[in-house]
Amino acid sequence: MSDDPTPADDTRADGEDARVRYDQARYVEDGQYEPLLSEKDLTRVEVGEESPLPDDLTREDLELPELSEPELARHYTRLSQMTYGIDSGPYPLGSCTMKYNPKFTEDVAALPTAAVHPDRSPGTIQGTLELLYRLQDYLGRIGGMDAVTLQPPAGAAGEFVGIRVAAAYHEHNGEAHRDEVIIPESAHGTNFATAALGGYDVVSLPSDEDGRVDLEALEAALSENTAALMLTNPNTLGLFERDIEEIAELVHDVGGLLYYDGANLNALLGRARPGDMGFDVMHYNVHKTFATPHGGGGPGAGPVGVVEELAPFLPAPRVREVGGSDDADGERGEPTYELFDPDHTIGKVHGYQGNWLVLVKTFAYIARLGDVGLADASAMAVLNANYLASQIDYEIPYGPFHHEFVASAGEQDAAEVAKRMLDYGVHPPTTKWPEIVPEALMTEPTEVESKATLDRLAAAFDAVATEDADTLEAAPGRTTARRIDQTSAARNPRLSWQALEDD
Amino acid sequence: MQGTQSTGSPFAPHTAAQRDAMLEAVGVETVEDLFDIPEPVRFDDEFGIDARTERETRRLVRSILERNDDLTELLGRGHYGYYVPSLVDHLADRSEFLTSYTQYQPEVSQGFLQALFEYQSLLVELTGLEVANCSMYDAATALGEAATLADRVRSVDGHRVLVPDLLRDGRSSTLENYVAGTDLVVEAYPSDDGTVDWEALAELVDDETVMIYAENPTVRGTIEERLPDIGDLAADVGALFVLGSDPVALSVLERPADVGADVVVGDASVLGLGTSYGMGLGLFATREEHLRQVPGRLVGVSEDATDRRAYTLTLQTREQHIRRERATSNICTNQAWVALRTAMHAAMLGPSGLVELANRGVTRATDLAGRLDDLPGVTAPVHDRHHLREFVARLERPAGAVARDLEASGFAVHVVGDHEIQVCTAGTTDDELDAFVASLEEVGR
Repeated sequence: MSDDPTPADDTRADGEDARVRYDQARYVEDGQYEPLLSEKDLTRVEVGEESPLPDDLTREDLELPELSEPELARHYTRLSQMTYGIDSGPYPLGSCTMKYNPKFTEDVAALPTAAVHPDRSPGTIQGTLELLYRLQDYLGRIGGMDAVTLQPPAGAAGEFVGIRVAAAYHEHNGEAHRDEVIIPESAHGTNFATAALGGYDVVSLPSDEDGRVDLEALEAALSENTAALMLTNPNTLGLFERDIEEIAELVHDVGGLLYYDGANLNALLGRARPGDMGFDVMHYNVHKTFATPHGGGGPGAGPVGVVEELAPFLPAPRVREVGGSDDADGERGEPTYELFDPDHTIGKVHGYQGNWLVLVKTFAYIARLGDVGLADASAMAVLNANYLASQIDYEIPYGPFHHEFVASAGEQDAAEVAKRMLDYGVHPPTTKWPEIVPEALMTEPTEVESKATLDRLAAAFDAVATEDADTLEAAPGRTTARRIDQTSAARNPRLSWQALEDD
Repeated sequence: MQGTQSTGSPFAPHTAAQRDAMLEAVGVETVEDLFDIPEPVRFDDEFGIDARTERETRRLVRSILERNDDLTELLGRGHYGYYVPSLVDHLADRSEFLTSYTQYQPEVSQGFLQALFEYQSLLVELTGLEVANCSMYDAATALGEAATLADRVRSVDGHRVLVPDLLRDGRSSTLENYVAGTDLVVEAYPSDDGTVDWEALAELVDDETVMIYAENPTVRGTIEERLPDIGDLAADVGALFVLGSDPVALSVLERPADVGADVVVGDASVLGLGTSYGMGLGLFATREEHLRQVPGRLVGVSEDATDRRAYTLTLQTREQHIRRERATSNICTNQAWVALRTAMHAAMLGPSGLVELANRGVTRATDLAGRLDDLPGVTAPVHDRHHLREFVARLERPAGAVARDLEASGFAVHVVGDHEIQVCTAGTTDDELDAFVASLEEVGR
């Protein structure tokens, strides 16, 4: 494109060509990227005249694009080409666990037998219920938990179940006065938002100088008002909370519950289980740990596991097995499955039973890998993180870490580093979080990247590390769009094509 | 190493030589040396889950799901099995869409951001409200979020949230959980012949009411006739009027903005997802004045460094990753890919296709109700109202027994009362409806 600005220089300061780049497909026509559907066509249909309903119950008209299937096929193909996914290249977003998603799981989720209405009677959807039951069982074993609900449609929804279960449990025990949830400063933002949504006061817990829970601060924070401590282990610095036994004891001593945020479970499969560490309730981010595609921001699923004491409070309904009846020869028949409401259930957190198709993919992934594959996934995720860390120049202030590490961009602005990394054809890490590391570059390569890819990533890190502020500020130069002005988007919000017409 | 299990994860590409090289670079002997887990909490046991080949896994899942009976579903009540065009599956499954993350780096996410922007625009046209987010989990969670929005934006002293007594359990129970951490109190108001009992509602509304919720169509498939009056009731006391609906219904029914709705919630996945055991896509739209209190993600327009129009997530200071406990919602992972599918399906239909689909829902429900009414032992529709997609039929026989008999002949219907079933036409063919009428004629009396 003649009007394209010259791409930024791609040579390193030492003169060596980094050679880690690729250009994304992009479309520019009349100075604009792929036009909106509304710019291709808008057709107004008079509704009142067409409708079998009386005029006073209908809208006057409806105005939307009316395009042919081939036009739409091209539109969405171009939009896909202007989108970077894990199938496009490495995606080392710390805490997000962007790993490769096997394709066969899409096929099993698309089986016609998986497409059932949620109000079908249990007797007619024994397959669906069996799969849910078996997944509950798998997740219970993996987490060391006694009972599992699959209803929460995302990790944060799982956290909400954890908080509501904790509240119901305390209330049941006559301890409704517990109104505080303790959360380490380095925790995911969802923890804080979830505790607040549950009506709790958040008590923020500082980290010690090693980046882990400060036991003295924890003791000071705990009281008879403590409902729960929410903890990620390994934490968001990738560090294992080695004092977990003592932490659990302290929390339990004051009558609080220990909540496990499963975002980082990919580091522990087959090597440690939240239930064995003293956690009472946990959520699993099945879209992270068990590789179901993130779909541009969802859907995911956030099943919740609990110890036996908390099982009666789980959302309704759950699935259970009813032993197969004996036939005439005394042989056990196929087991059947039924839905039931736990005795003291908190009710529902989703209109139906959560994100079923994601659960099908999760089941298939776990069934494919089994014990050996799951344990190996964690081993390679941890090896990859440690290897990548050993190959980059940026300082990594805390360790030893597991599946992710947080480097510091030092004098550079981490957000600018990220923009420049795009020019090297790789997705950048999570930036500026957790805040305890200045200019944080939170990096999680996952187990699916090869040594060669990690070497490419390291080359990109190191190339950017040597670049000056002007170069970073000019980036990115080879992406679909150049640097986007996020401030003006917020200052002058235009959130629909209708709003653009008003400009 | 692909396809074998003995070496571990089939998706970890390392050869033994590469592992060794990496271990050496890190400076450890074995991978186990990298696990910093104290002995007492180490897990040395096994899960007892056998590994399988891809082919075996596919066979396993297929054999489990084959235990589902193949029934013609005449089921609705918020979840509809509309046919989804092949274009949606093929293009939404393009791996750039499917395997991307939340668009935190907009420069490499322009395509998905634009698709979500177009989804937001679709909802703006359908609702007439200025702001739509790019997804909540489903209708029930969107309703919960609407209540917490009402709690934030209404400054009245009271805490009453009024909902229809016919509200389905999944929605009311989810709403109760969402408001459990607030001072809000949910109360049901009565219905009259399947729609809002406006007089009774007017009696209940007072200046302690922060939110009135109504649905159009109702869970029974009836069309609300007094929406503008409900809007006035809410406006008079300064409560938020929250309306539940969906994109097919909104294509023909009164425009929410025109009847005074402040928020529209519902399940947008009626387009694009088909039956999926209840997976959803929470629709959430509201007036511009509540923009900074909206839950969830918003895609906005900006410009890039070459002054070209570009899209980005915006107003993120409302969100949990920035605002933490002061966020407007705890939602992070949402239903973005379902929103993409919904936008694609709507685009395939276009305005005329959407209107036709909705109108067909009116005529087919009316026609089927008429045919059932002609059967001995069946009265339909029970409610003397206009219907969209579905309706309630009264039976002389107990509904549970009839439903079981219908199942035996291959049809699934809702049981909604001792002698009442609910029947939905969405996603069915004419042949299926003919066969259903014949079956009900057999078992209905």
